Amino acid sequence: MTDDRESILSRVRGALAPLHERAPLPTYDSEIAVLRGLLAGRDLAELLAERMRRVNGLALTSPAAVVAHLRAGGHRHGYCDPALWPDLAPHFADGFTVETSFDRTRVDDYAFGITRAAGAIAESGTIILHDRTTASRLAALAPWVHIAVVSRADIFGDVTQAVAALGDDRNVVWCTGPSKTADVEGILIEGVHGPGEQLALIVP
Amino acid sequence: MSAQAIDRFAATLPAETRASVYQSTKTTHEKRTRLLFDQFPDPDRLRTLAGEIKQHAIENLDTYLPQAEARLRANGAQVHWAGTAEAACAHVLRIMRERGATKMVKAKTMVSEEIELADYLGRHGMEALETDLGEFIIQIDHDHPSHIVRPIIHKNRREIATSFEREGLGAYNDDPATITRRARHHLRHKYLAADVGLTGANFLSAESGRIALVTNEGNSRFSVAATRCHIVLVGIEKIVPRDRDLGILLNLLGRSATAQDLTVYTEFISGPRDPAQPDGPEEMHVIFVDNGRTEVLAGECREILRCIRCGACLNVCPIYRQASGHAYRSVYPGPVGAVLSPLLLKENFPQKADLPKASSLCGACHEVCPVNIPIPDLLLRLRARAKEENVPSPGTPPMAPWALLASQPTAWRAALVAGRALNVLPTRLIPVPALQAWTASRELPAWRGGEFRRWLKARRRPAPPAAR
Repeated sequence: MTDDRESILSRVRGALAPLHERAPLPTYDSEIAVLRGLLAGRDLAELLAERMRRVNGLALTSPAAVVAHLRAGGHRHGYCDPALWPDLAPHFADGFTVETSFDRTRVDDYAFGITRAAGAIAESGTIILHDRTTASRLAALAPWVHIAVVSRADIFGDVTQAVAALGDDRNVVWCTGPSKTADVEGILIEGVHGPGEQLALIVP
Repeated sequence: MSAQAIDRFAATLPAETRASVYQSTKTTHEKRTRLLFDQFPDPDRLRTLAGEIKQHAIENLDTYLPQAEARLRANGAQVHWAGTAEAACAHVLRIMRERGATKMVKAKTMVSEEIELADYLGRHGMEALETDLGEFIIQIDHDHPSHIVRPIIHKNRREIATSFEREGLGAYNDDPATITRRARHHLRHKYLAADVGLTGANFLSAESGRIALVTNEGNSRFSVAATRCHIVLVGIEKIVPRDRDLGILLNLLGRSATAQDLTVYTEFISGPRDPAQPDGPEEMHVIFVDNGRTEVLAGECREILRCIRCGACLNVCPIYRQASGHAYRSVYPGPVGAVLSPLLLKENFPQKADLPKASSLCGACHEVCPVNIPIPDLLLRLRARAKEENVPSPGTPPMAPWALLASQPTAWRAALVAGRALNVLPTRLIPVPALQAWTASRELPAWRGGEFRRWLKARRRPAPPAAR
């Protein structure tokens, strides 16, 4: 089958040829897209926690708090990134079943998934996932609760800083709160396809 | 009575639909305004800047398209070019056949609606399933989206619950949480069984070949986590020069579309999965779609190609609020659709040449546009084009009799006198359709014809000497 590359490009050139001058690329300071006054003098981890609450996410600072949250919600079966499990295992006492590989044929068995985040954005309450640091895309997405483990040093102040640091990962996902829809009569419902609860565990 | 197609549609709209469209567009619009103006140092400069970035990008597509293509190839993606809707559909079918694929999950792509991909694939024995909750409901109902961001703004929970029951997704239950939960369980197994995930792209960075894709539900994430092949349909106007420009545009998109600081999921995808990643596509195909865009670029409404499909102009438009999206007979409704839809028809422009007239030219769409598109100006240019091409315009009162009267002083004076009859005759006896339509729900003001002429004559008389 034919590819239309040359015909499209020649139509583009033909369309642009009559322009006397083309619109220039504007120069600008990225500060224009930064929320005013939000970051001044703030601890980024605290601000992240505050901004996550605003989008119905939850930031916690200890594994014990995460375990307590899971227990309270009755979420006893889940997945954990094998690289994180040695540190977290001691906090998961009896009554939890945690797997370190994700079996896609049993996708509904996992009530929670724990994976590493590549960073976070304080301004927007956003968790950043990279393909390289996420042990399984499905494990970070399919369970009802997703817990992203974020290092304090990886928290960006604002969206423009995070864009500047996108890097060369092939799949970067920013998660700002739980999966949601307002398709039915504009009523907000969480947990459509992805997590109904988005947590961050902030570690030193 | 003759009238514009959009008026005829609006007149038959159920009161319930009109109320739900009105209420939710109004709420979103008001939240958007608060969010933008409370938070940014200079929100208006932000949107004019975004407009300048996009205008620069579309006026340099000859540079940026090959640049994006080269970057995508370097990242391990395959790039295809489609001049028409048919060519784009054929690319998708060929890619699926080459992989022996039969099942596709679709997320976040208006271009696929534009090119009618699902029907095409269905005719060729492929299954293409919509995964956005609203789009899924549209698909099982064989309906069409009526809003860019809220596809089922025209439906209520009872209709949705009835559809779910009919499709075997459980007994009738119209609780929105239950409806959503049932869709979650039904669709996740569809993702896992699918061979191909198809998405659109909100932006494409020429600098990095990165596709930016936003959803609130996470359906595009699931589509590219569960399948082995990712196909992206991207309109050629989606390009931005650099990654840093995404920071400006993403900040505006979520706020303008749904009054969120950021949409829940923003994905930046520049190639197939990382070798160490167990889930997701080993193959990525990006299809650059023209389908009329180069003609728009060549015409005098090229600013419309800046559009980032946020839907803010729909929410604020008094016509959209009264008529709802289906009145526009197109994938792209509202003010943006009134410009874009007739243009994308190319030589069939006359079929939708009435849409640019479906506007009071109040200017609200221009004022809210995050990329500062002068929509009212573009509507006027299209009205002029319709006139030049002699497209018939039903519902517009003929101006020729008026022109005749106004150019003959005797006839004009006679008409002024005859007009007094309107004060005594019942209007229903006067056989002028436009007058009948006007007076169906209103009364004519009292006839005062000739007052201006009397005033002018009096003014010309020299003032009496006493006044000097």
